[in-house]
Amino acid sequence: MKIRAQIAMVMNLDKCIGCHTCSVTCKQVWTSRQGMEYAWFNNVETKPGIGYPKDWENQERWQGGWKRKKNGKIVPKQGGRLSILAKIFANPHLPEIDDYYEPFTFDYEHLQKAPELPTSPVARPLSLVTGKPMEKIEWGPNWEEILGGEFDKRSKDYNFEAVQKDIYGQFENTFMMYLPRLCEHCLNPSCVASCPSGSIYKREEDGIVLIDQDKCRGWRMCVSGCPYKKIYYNWTSGKAEKCIFCYPRIEAGQPTVCSETRVGRIRYLGVLLYDADGIEAAAAVEDEQDLYEAQLKLFLDPNDPAVEAQARADGIADNWIAAAKRSPAYKMAVDWKIAFPLHPEYRTLPMVWYVPPLSPIQSHANAGAIETNGEIPDVRSLRIPVRYLANLLTAGAEEPVVTALERMLAMRIHFRQRQLGEGDGEAVLAQAGLSKAQVEDMHRYLAIANYEDRFVIPTSHREEAEDAYGLKGSCGFTFGNGCDFGPPHSTLFGGKMGRRKLNPVRPLDT
Amino acid sequence: MLSNAYVNTLLFGVYPYICLVVLLVGSLIRFDREPYTWKSDSSQMLRKGQLRLGSNLFHYGVIVVILGHFAGFLAPHWAVDWALDPVAHQLLAMVVGGIAGLTAIVGLSILIYRRLADPRIRLNSRKWDITITLMLWLQLLLGLLTVPLSAFHMDGGLFETLTSYVKGIVTLDGNAAALMVDVPLTYKLHILLGFTLFFVSPFTRMIHIWSGGGALAYLFRPYQIVRTPKTRAKEPVRS
Repeated sequence: MKIRAQIAMVMNLDKCIGCHTCSVTCKQVWTSRQGMEYAWFNNVETKPGIGYPKDWENQERWQGGWKRKKNGKIVPKQGGRLSILAKIFANPHLPEIDDYYEPFTFDYEHLQKAPELPTSPVARPLSLVTGKPMEKIEWGPNWEEILGGEFDKRSKDYNFEAVQKDIYGQFENTFMMYLPRLCEHCLNPSCVASCPSGSIYKREEDGIVLIDQDKCRGWRMCVSGCPYKKIYYNWTSGKAEKCIFCYPRIEAGQPTVCSETRVGRIRYLGVLLYDADGIEAAAAVEDEQDLYEAQLKLFLDPNDPAVEAQARADGIADNWIAAAKRSPAYKMAVDWKIAFPLHPEYRTLPMVWYVPPLSPIQSHANAGAIETNGEIPDVRSLRIPVRYLANLLTAGAEEPVVTALERMLAMRIHFRQRQLGEGDGEAVLAQAGLSKAQVEDMHRYLAIANYEDRFVIPTSHREEAEDAYGLKGSCGFTFGNGCDFGPPHSTLFGGKMGRRKLNPVRPLDT
Repeated sequence: MLSNAYVNTLLFGVYPYICLVVLLVGSLIRFDREPYTWKSDSSQMLRKGQLRLGSNLFHYGVIVVILGHFAGFLAPHWAVDWALDPVAHQLLAMVVGGIAGLTAIVGLSILIYRRLADPRIRLNSRKWDITITLMLWLQLLLGLLTVPLSAFHMDGGLFETLTSYVKGIVTLDGNAAALMVDVPLTYKLHILLGFTLFFVSPFTRMIHIWSGGGALAYLFRPYQIVRTPKTRAKEPVRS
């Protein structure tokens, strides 16, 4: 056994209000740059919908993730090493920028400079790719916001697999949920496996997956290799970029920007200890529906003295082990089993997990005949079909999702009963398989969700990796070589980008 | 003018070495000092369309052409002579080179059309991107023109002269340039443009050819890469 630690994220979809604060702050910090206008390291999708980029979950089209061969080994779905190299000149599975959207701004200048007109002037959209006016904005990063668009198109959603979807197009039966997405920082990342230059790597000390910008050659195989489509090709710099899990903040013990700014208190960050030697076997289990359980088994109990001793022997620092014991991610994923990986069937063993959302009980149930299952309302009468959530989170296995939803309902019923003096609420706990201590913990973490409970992030030990004295006074995070700041300038090597008119912003006349 | 002895030595005796030194030293400096600019610089993301056909035709064609040049010009006599007489060797070069060259130039024509005609790509092209593709197109054309010309010299004599010239350059033979005096103009232009391509390569996207070779290491590495803080510590600290 070789124990490694990773900072994992859990998102409580039950509380996501779709405010996009996470996306916007992430964009402002990391991707509001030339070439990355279309890229959102963090985005929030309204489900059901085909998402961003279009149809990203359809791996028959994009060939992301892994496939299991007959001999039990796994290879990237887009092909083995030789096959990937053979496709290096034109990646047949690479999305075009229009599959995300053509980035745009508006001609605000015209509003100030337009002559007197019979009608008020209009700011037309300008493409950020060509700088030219766009006739019509066809698609955007969140085009399907709150079920925007036609059901026919949205219902192409891959998660409707094995769901009788037609009735959900009717107003009475419609449902929706939000799905915030970022890089999953997988245990078995297929982007790393797809990179011909070997520029993508996972950091041993905290599990963050990064692209070495100096080593990336822009072969683009990672873009198609990632089943979550969370690697973006920067068409100005010619390099691939991805969510960096705000590693400069994580190293300092601070939550990622998306987690920090999130108003809904839905994100949790905590240490998970896992058995690195078991990754390959876990990712290669035969039945897709066993992948969730297989990944769960990789996570080790930090309170087990044997695990603790092994972790120490494998070089994990004491403050990391202490943090692992308080980890909200461990509690939600392993203790309470209410959090699940997103699309485990891609076999990448993702490390951003989701608590499925509860939804209103169907109206016919309200009318008097609430279908209950003992003390707890039947979760199958919830508006969001269980199978839909199962397709999203457990490769279609409904049982784990049902248990999680029941536990969340049980927590609510338990506390309502106690609050209203309707008994001690023990019966409902027994049915949901929770102890009183567990449900009180769940309440503390899910309902109250204090900052200190949500984010248990040990500081990294950079002193072991770098000589801080040598770094003193040097430049920090830059794009380009050395201490370059600002837009790419002309050098002897490579030269300047073409004659594209840049974002026409002009200071106001004073 | 090209047959003047002084000019001949300058162009075919001295210029090749200038070009080769710039290629090697320039690439090295760029690799070391400007790694962020080292890339293949694909425009596939902006428009897929014709790229798939054009790029595959061009690259596979040109790889055969380049490997053919290396093998044909640099293989020592003992490695070839037992299998091929000079005439057969020349015929093989003409047929394989001709087919590969045609494939490449068709592909490159598609790529040039796409680069110039599609505003998305045109507006995001560097001057060098367009210049280098046009240079490559011209070079492929000159190379292809030598195929029918060679048909008039089927005895393998001219082919042998050119081979000796290239071998002379590679083995630092100071008299190599003299071999070029009586070579037809098309061959001369093809060789000069070829060395010029070497010269400009470090300053253009052509450096990705090195990385294409480097990418072969992918065949032999494990799928997963994990970096420990200690290996990162070995890398130089930027300041």
